[in-house]
Amino acid sequence: MKHLILIIAVLFSINVKAQDVNDIIKKLKTKYEKVNDYEAKAKLKTNVLFIKAPIANVKVYYKKPNKLKIKNDSGVSFIPKGSVNVNMGNIFAMKDYTALDAGTDKVNGTAVKVIKLLPGDNDKSGVELATLYVDTEKELILKSKTTTKENGTYELEMKYGTYASYGLPSYVVFSFNTKDYKLPKGVTFDYDNGAAKDNKKKLKTKKGKIEISYSSYTINKGVKDEVFTK
Amino acid sequence: MFFKLLQLELFKISKRPRTYISFGALAVLVILIQLALKTNGEEFVELLTANQGETFILPKKEIISNGYFVCYVILNMLLIHIPLLVALIAADQISGEANMGTLRFLVGKPISRTQLILAKFAASVIYIIAMLLWLALIGLLGSNLIFGTNDLYIGRQSDILIIERIDVMWRYVMAFLFATLALSVVAALALLFSVLSENSIGPIVATTAVVIVCTIIQQLSVPIFENTITKWLFTIHMLGWKGFFYPQTFDIIGEYSGPVVKGTIERSEALIKSSAILFGYIALFLGIAVWRFNKKDILS
Repeated sequence: MKHLILIIAVLFSINVKAQDVNDIIKKLKTKYEKVNDYEAKAKLKTNVLFIKAPIANVKVYYKKPNKLKIKNDSGVSFIPKGSVNVNMGNIFAMKDYTALDAGTDKVNGTAVKVIKLLPGDNDKSGVELATLYVDTEKELILKSKTTTKENGTYELEMKYGTYASYGLPSYVVFSFNTKDYKLPKGVTFDYDNGAAKDNKKKLKTKKGKIEISYSSYTINKGVKDEVFTK
Repeated sequence: MFFKLLQLELFKISKRPRTYISFGALAVLVILIQLALKTNGEEFVELLTANQGETFILPKKEIISNGYFVCYVILNMLLIHIPLLVALIAADQISGEANMGTLRFLVGKPISRTQLILAKFAASVIYIIAMLLWLALIGLLGSNLIFGTNDLYIGRQSDILIIERIDVMWRYVMAFLFATLALSVVAALALLFSVLSENSIGPIVATTAVVIVCTIIQQLSVPIFENTITKWLFTIHMLGWKGFFYPQTFDIIGEYSGPVVKGTIERSEALIKSSAILFGYIALFLGIAVWRFNKKDILS
């Protein structure tokens, strides 16, 4: 009898937890669904070992359900292919998923709820697994890890400011995997100023980051579809 | 007297058809490169980005729609060959006169032989400046007109550099000044060979051969050369013009590169060293040429 009560209690608590995380996701979705599209001005900083670039002025365009484009109209920037994941559009576009409570954690000192989203068989978002770190008090996602079918795993860390009520961050760090970069000596004919030898000594990393600092958002004023195809 | 002599030497250079062959050849080569990049530039950029297309959305159009980038490609391709065009003129300076039988009359004038060599060298340097100005006109300004301007993309062996467009022009000015110094070494070498010969072909071929051999040695990444002669080859220091396109970055934070700092050069001390070595070579080649010419029995 004791065992039966224990099993029922465990099952009940799991069910309550699942309900909890589903509620959280629902609240986040409701908040996020207020945004149909946006055009944002931002500064983009590229942190990749082999790319030395200036901080660029970019525009970020988003349109429901999951279109996103980062554009540098005034210069040259290397935008990671998975940058479509720099907002939560891709996650919330998932139609068929199971939310699992993965406990609690801390992101930059803030206590967060960890929620794992597993796509169902009917899901076509291209996401294989998403882990969200949610500040339940403010109903904001502070961090996410997304594994996609085509573009590998991405990590996102967000800070919020003026546009927190829409779930839109003011600062995003987007981490992604990089590949080795090497060109033949006979192609580049580099001038040897001694810097290359020092670079070789530095820690080789396969991770890259872009930091996006948003200065303004224009929300729900319409964004043309051509923006995402050009 | 020296300036009169210089004027005379410049007049002689301007009357030689081969002078204009160099300018014509440069124009043809530049136009061919511009045409190739205009039509198949994106494929070229793909090659230069070493498979990064798998990770990044390559800004191919932005990279190639840029006269600054096109000029960099032109200089990268041509500055290995331009020394040959310099040799065409500088190697003919003394031996050409000897071949035509005018050298005896020239040294019979009331000028020292040292002044004569220096005037011929100065004339060669002015020819180099004219050629580089021509290259700047068609390669830089022409490309900017055809392709427009944008941030400059530089693909090095182990990293990619992006320089803001407003930070590019001064780098070109410095690069062309450095190229003048670099090509002056070739002019001094050609002049030295010219002093040693009685006909023009020998010095032209000898200068070309030295440049080719040095370039091949510097490309061979083998310790026997790298640890001994490579760092002293003048051809390796002639590439110093590129150093102006390597900007500094903010301190590398952990495992990432910091952003590029506008108006800076990555290792200015390396450029100073290269300049000093190139000046040293000029002094050495001219010194030997003057010494040899002063001792020479001029019979032709």
